[in-house]
Amino acid sequence: MQDYNVLINFVYVVSAVLFIFGLKLLSHPATARKGNLLSALGMFVAVIVTLLDKNILSFELILAGIVVGSAIGVFTAKKIEMTAMPELVSLFNGIGGLASLAVAYATIVSAEQINVFILTVSVLALLIGAITFSGSVIAWAKLSERMIGRPIVFKGQVVFNAALIVAIVALSVLVVIQPSVATWHIVLIALALLMGVMFVLPIGGADMPVVISLLNSYSGLAACAAGFALENNLLIVAGSLVGASGIILTNIMCKAMNRSLINVLTSGFQAVITSDVKIEGEIKPLTPEDAFYVLEAAQSVLVIPGYGMAVAQAQHVMKELQELLEKNGAEMAYAIHPVAGRMPGHMNVLLAEADVSYEQLFEMDEINARIDTFDVAIVIGANDVVNPAARELPGSPIYGMPVINADLAKNVFVLKRGMAAGFAGIENPLFFKQNTRMIFGDAKETLGNLVRQFSS
Amino acid sequence: MIAIYLLFILILAIVVGFELIRKVPSTLHTPLMSGSNAISGITLIGALSLSGGEHSQFATWLGFAAVALATINVVGGYLVTDRMLAMFKKR
Repeated sequence: MQDYNVLINFVYVVSAVLFIFGLKLLSHPATARKGNLLSALGMFVAVIVTLLDKNILSFELILAGIVVGSAIGVFTAKKIEMTAMPELVSLFNGIGGLASLAVAYATIVSAEQINVFILTVSVLALLIGAITFSGSVIAWAKLSERMIGRPIVFKGQVVFNAALIVAIVALSVLVVIQPSVATWHIVLIALALLMGVMFVLPIGGADMPVVISLLNSYSGLAACAAGFALENNLLIVAGSLVGASGIILTNIMCKAMNRSLINVLTSGFQAVITSDVKIEGEIKPLTPEDAFYVLEAAQSVLVIPGYGMAVAQAQHVMKELQELLEKNGAEMAYAIHPVAGRMPGHMNVLLAEADVSYEQLFEMDEINARIDTFDVAIVIGANDVVNPAARELPGSPIYGMPVINADLAKNVFVLKRGMAAGFAGIENPLFFKQNTRMIFGDAKETLGNLVRQFSS
Repeated sequence: MIAIYLLFILILAIVVGFELIRKVPSTLHTPLMSGSNAISGITLIGALSLSGGEHSQFATWLGFAAVALATINVVGGYLVTDRMLAMFKKR
């Protein structure tokens, strides 16, 4: 059989270039779809050319694996609701981690003579893969509400985690020194899986964007480490592209909350900050009927969505209202906070699904510069990301966090179920402002009510 | 020596990754995540030789599992990203 090694590696270079150009095209919504296609093409040629590898002797199992995997992949990708995207992404992160774990494990058990370097990186891939897998499963359970969303902490957790890390390091060294003892492999994998669980448990729902981004990065790093173990360039390149992407997103999310990564990861352990700042003023409720008259006269309307919009599935009816308002002569814009929702870009996807043009979606800084020109700001299911306490109350736990300054618009309508505080449990002075009116009730029903009044 | 050579590739790839991904607008962050998820399914090419090669039975089955899992990532990831990106429209 011929050795196609040079051809294989040449095509890997082509694949890497396709991945890179694919990501480059992702820099604009108009070209992004083509970019994704290029990236998929890169993957396709890499897989095809790998089949020429002289070490591959039987194709039955490969074919079976690909058929099973494709069927599951196609089914989930077609079935999934757009609102469930955070769950799906964290599940995919986990599957990627598990795949790297399996590759690393197979490398460790299959090699007869294996050097220390390959063994070390294999163990690393095994660890990262396992942590990514179990961490992602917990994140998925929390996001899909199969598990309680708030931080889970118990007494002695910090000590337990420290002991766990020491045990993992010690066992890793043992596996590298004596790779043939199978029991140690199993125990090491079990400990790493436990580590992943312990890492995500103390993190609450509103901090999920950070966790998903971080796990995304890990799934890339696991592939990268597996690349070192297999001495495969393409795995290293692709893995580090994903790793870099996850780290950048993690960083953006942390900045948007004015917190460090360490603070986010350990916040479950910190004492709940209570603020004794008293908020003056009164809540002024408004009926949808009265809101209609204000909106009818408005020249410009700004919509600020939050996780509550996703929960209420209110994006479609919001788009209906948008069209009616535009027909009425109002200028429409949407302001999206980086951590609105449960993952980076969550709101943008939901609004895109509802057919809102991406040119009407604005980032926080852009909109803050001209927010005082808007006649009405409608806050749908957002709370902490529009909390003016971040700007004006130095005692508040979220003081210093960049927020959308909704309170500076001429009128603010807050669509909210009831008066419960936001996820972070922080009082929101926005609700007590002179120019704020609260419209209580389900956001979807309230918006539907407004749509009916406009249509009649 | 091979370790150094691989490290070299790693560093360059990270630099390119940072430069490229910094330019992705926040509107596309969700598709970026699912798309990069699909890319991390590149483990598939590593899994192929483990699954089809002449290894112990245990390693072969691990390879098979890795092929199936990584394929879910690749196929599911690219398809769902495409589905999302198709929705981003300008009016």
